[in-house]
Amino acid sequence: MIALLLILVPLVTGFATFFLKNDRTARAWALFASVATLAVVITGLTICKNDASCLSYSANWMSLLNSSFTVKLDGMGQLLCLLNAVAYPIVMLATWKTSYKKAHNFYALMLLAQAGMMGVFLAMDALLFYFAWELALIPMYFLCSQWGGEKRIAVTFKFFVYTFLGSLLMLIGILFVYSHTPLQSFSIEQFYNAKLTVGEEQIVFWLMFVAFAIKMPIFPFHTWQPDTYEQSPTATTMILSGVMVKMGVFALLRWLLPVVPIAAFQWGDVVTSMAVIGMIYASLIAIRQDDLKRLVAYSSIAHIGLMAAAIFSENNSSVQGAMIQMFNHGINIIGLWIVVEIIERQFGTRKISDLGGLAQKAPAMAILLVIVALANIALPLTNAFPGEFLMFNGIFNSGVTQYSKLFTVLAGLSIILSAVYTLNMIRKVFYGNTNELTASAVDISLNEKIALAIIVGIICWFGICPQSLLNLANDTSNFILEKANVLPLLKK
Amino acid sequence: MNVLIISAVWGVLMMFSGVLLKGKAPIRILAIAGMLALVLVNVLEMQGIKIFHIQTEGLMKYDRPALLFIGIATVTTFLYLLLSARDMEKVGAYNSEYFALIFFIICGIDLTSSFQSLLILFLGIEIISIPLYILTGSDKRNLKSNEASLKYFLMGSFSTGLMLMGIALIYGARASFDLSAINTVVDGKTSVLLTAGMLLLMFSMAFKASVAPFHFWTPDVYDGAPTVFTSFMATVVKAAVFIAFIRLFSDAFGKFQPQWQMIAGILTVATLFIGNITAVFQQSVKRMLAYSSIAQAGFMMFAVYSMSAEGREGLILYVTAYSLATIGIFAVLIKMQDYTFDGFNGFAKRQPLLAATTTIFLLSLAGIPLTAGFIAKFYMLKAALAGGQHLWLVIFAVLMAAVSVYYYFRVIQAMYFRDSETDAHELPVSLSFKWTLVVLAGLVIVLGVFPDILLSWYYF
Repeated sequence: MIALLLILVPLVTGFATFFLKNDRTARAWALFASVATLAVVITGLTICKNDASCLSYSANWMSLLNSSFTVKLDGMGQLLCLLNAVAYPIVMLATWKTSYKKAHNFYALMLLAQAGMMGVFLAMDALLFYFAWELALIPMYFLCSQWGGEKRIAVTFKFFVYTFLGSLLMLIGILFVYSHTPLQSFSIEQFYNAKLTVGEEQIVFWLMFVAFAIKMPIFPFHTWQPDTYEQSPTATTMILSGVMVKMGVFALLRWLLPVVPIAAFQWGDVVTSMAVIGMIYASLIAIRQDDLKRLVAYSSIAHIGLMAAAIFSENNSSVQGAMIQMFNHGINIIGLWIVVEIIERQFGTRKISDLGGLAQKAPAMAILLVIVALANIALPLTNAFPGEFLMFNGIFNSGVTQYSKLFTVLAGLSIILSAVYTLNMIRKVFYGNTNELTASAVDISLNEKIALAIIVGIICWFGICPQSLLNLANDTSNFILEKANVLPLLKK
Repeated sequence: MNVLIISAVWGVLMMFSGVLLKGKAPIRILAIAGMLALVLVNVLEMQGIKIFHIQTEGLMKYDRPALLFIGIATVTTFLYLLLSARDMEKVGAYNSEYFALIFFIICGIDLTSSFQSLLILFLGIEIISIPLYILTGSDKRNLKSNEASLKYFLMGSFSTGLMLMGIALIYGARASFDLSAINTVVDGKTSVLLTAGMLLLMFSMAFKASVAPFHFWTPDVYDGAPTVFTSFMATVVKAAVFIAFIRLFSDAFGKFQPQWQMIAGILTVATLFIGNITAVFQQSVKRMLAYSSIAQAGFMMFAVYSMSAEGREGLILYVTAYSLATIGIFAVLIKMQDYTFDGFNGFAKRQPLLAATTTIFLLSLAGIPLTAGFIAKFYMLKAALAGGQHLWLVIFAVLMAAVSVYYYFRVIQAMYFRDSETDAHELPVSLSFKWTLVVLAGLVIVLGVFPDILLSWYYF
């Protein structure tokens, strides 16, 4: 029931928002709706924690195709639904003062996107998963093209065609597996039991992997990402980078590794190499960036690359690390975007070289940002540290690749690089002397303070005691690794 | 059978209504009422209630798929008349005749969806084609309309010739017009006569369905014909031809599939490629829709190519999804003064409801989930993949579907994200028109989420 509510609440409230004519009402209503969704998630995580019938829901749907509407909130799903539900109120709060033309449409589409992402995280049926995957994309397309920057139409279109092509390939992959399931069904258990030869597994692997790689994005499928992040309205960028890209990482764990374990084992090295190259490449570009939005965008590619590398290391430490890092990275990057948004709104520029000395004028913002930035480079006691530590530990001790040491060293390099660009950005933007532009700067307003304070609270809380997150990730990670374990298969 | 006779009689009635009735409204209402009557008598026949008891064994067989498609054709025509009947009156002075011709076409569609003999197929195709030649040229003082009509007539009669030749060759090989008699393998081999006849039939059907490389007439004819009739031609008629196509090739040539499957595959690839790539370069939405109809025909060819039960189910869904969406877009297009993409600039501000429904139709044509178009494409891909060895074809189709997003979304971009430069004037749109569009869009969504509603009629 909880699982169904998680989709229904944003879906219904989202549709209702289209009909609110007053912009202020729409904004308040959207905040209310997102808080309601958060309340549902928290109920699911506390009261219904051990009640399986409460966390799942199943109904007949296209019975001619053997597809059913089955949703379930398992450990990994809980992590990501929590992220999705936490992100929305923060984003709404942080952008409270931003005014949009036709705001009711804006908030409606945002909520619909949330419903789609919830569907992705909850679906236990491949066709339902595909529906939700696309349902999340369509509102994003309209959000970015309608309210984005100058080059929004072309950029968003590139983003859309890219991801749409990826998802169509995934659809072929899904159909391919479907036709090889014992009962010709789309349910996830049937997918785990599909009878595929090694050659067929490889076809399916690439068909589906491309879709997920575009979404994450992994080098070399990342070219849509910096432009889109730059051109989108910041609230949308926050959701896009905080929650939506996690769909790709999530899908790797749920729909790729357990379904085609042998192909994932065979191509693991290739994927990890791509991810590691992407990490270093993106970090190097980030160092040279002068635009704040693009800097954060490239930093996101580097972080996602690490998660992909960790997933393909296929051990408990790395997979758990990747799962909790999905949550933590989402929170941290939203924090960074909030600061970017504030700066852009106040000064009308995102160029690092135009800014400086903000710490004198806006101390609250500077303190909060520094904490978020430290979390971005995974300093101990911040939330990103346990995740990154587990991932590195996992990559280093990986049993499925002979290059684990090399991958660890190269991936570690990107962490140093991330410290370089993050600290450099702080130094140039917040310290030094003020110039004409920043001389008149004022500190952040209450709503932004609240939003950033919540983020900092989450950062510190999960940095000091990450165990609650790890508990959520543990069962799912064991389950996935058991399905993905190819060593007994190879011995045969 | 019910639909066949009543549509023929009602067509004659419509012809005389121009003489007997004064004013345009009564004629229009008579036509819409007639189409509603056809829908109802077809539902009755699906329930087993036949008004006319005529022995048609060996000529026609009103089985489940046939009746279902006749139902779909009459319902879509009914919606089409609701949306566009007023615009038909604006084409010329002979409005009663236009309605009469539409009824005669429905009569032909009844034949082509139920034939058991090649003769009935030929009759049906001709009964569909000849009224279409006239409708294409109905804008008498427009040179483009005349040109389109003549072109369509010349090329169409040539393809009819091909079809007759094919039928004659097959008769030579099997001494029968009966589909089941043709579909037998004698002495373990097929005769040259039969193969030649089969190919001729395939090409002539491909021509009627505007499958590449027999598609050259399509853009010019669709562009030249009055838009309101293009809408009908591109949807209901094309759907009927495809239903006949698949009926012919499964019932008459199903056993010879290895011989023609490769050719069907080549036609599919060529159609997808030419339709989609050419549509990208169009500047007029009407011409873009003409090429899009070719591209969509490519997807429908999957049903012929894979020739499985899933393919046939999928085709029913596909023609429904495609017809509903295309009728909707054309209905909006007719109201526009400017058929270029720029003409749609800022449309969402002027007509939010029309823009929203058009968006749903375009999303459906592009095959985005939650719309009927997605489920239809899904069935086609599933049918093609079920065999297992057609992966390359499916991947090619998917690439082309991604291309199609480009030209469909150009319209959405123009409507929502670009501002109009010229002064916007109100479109003459009635409230009932808007509601019919909403119903149409609702159908597209409902079929996209619950396709079983339609498909369960196929079996039960």
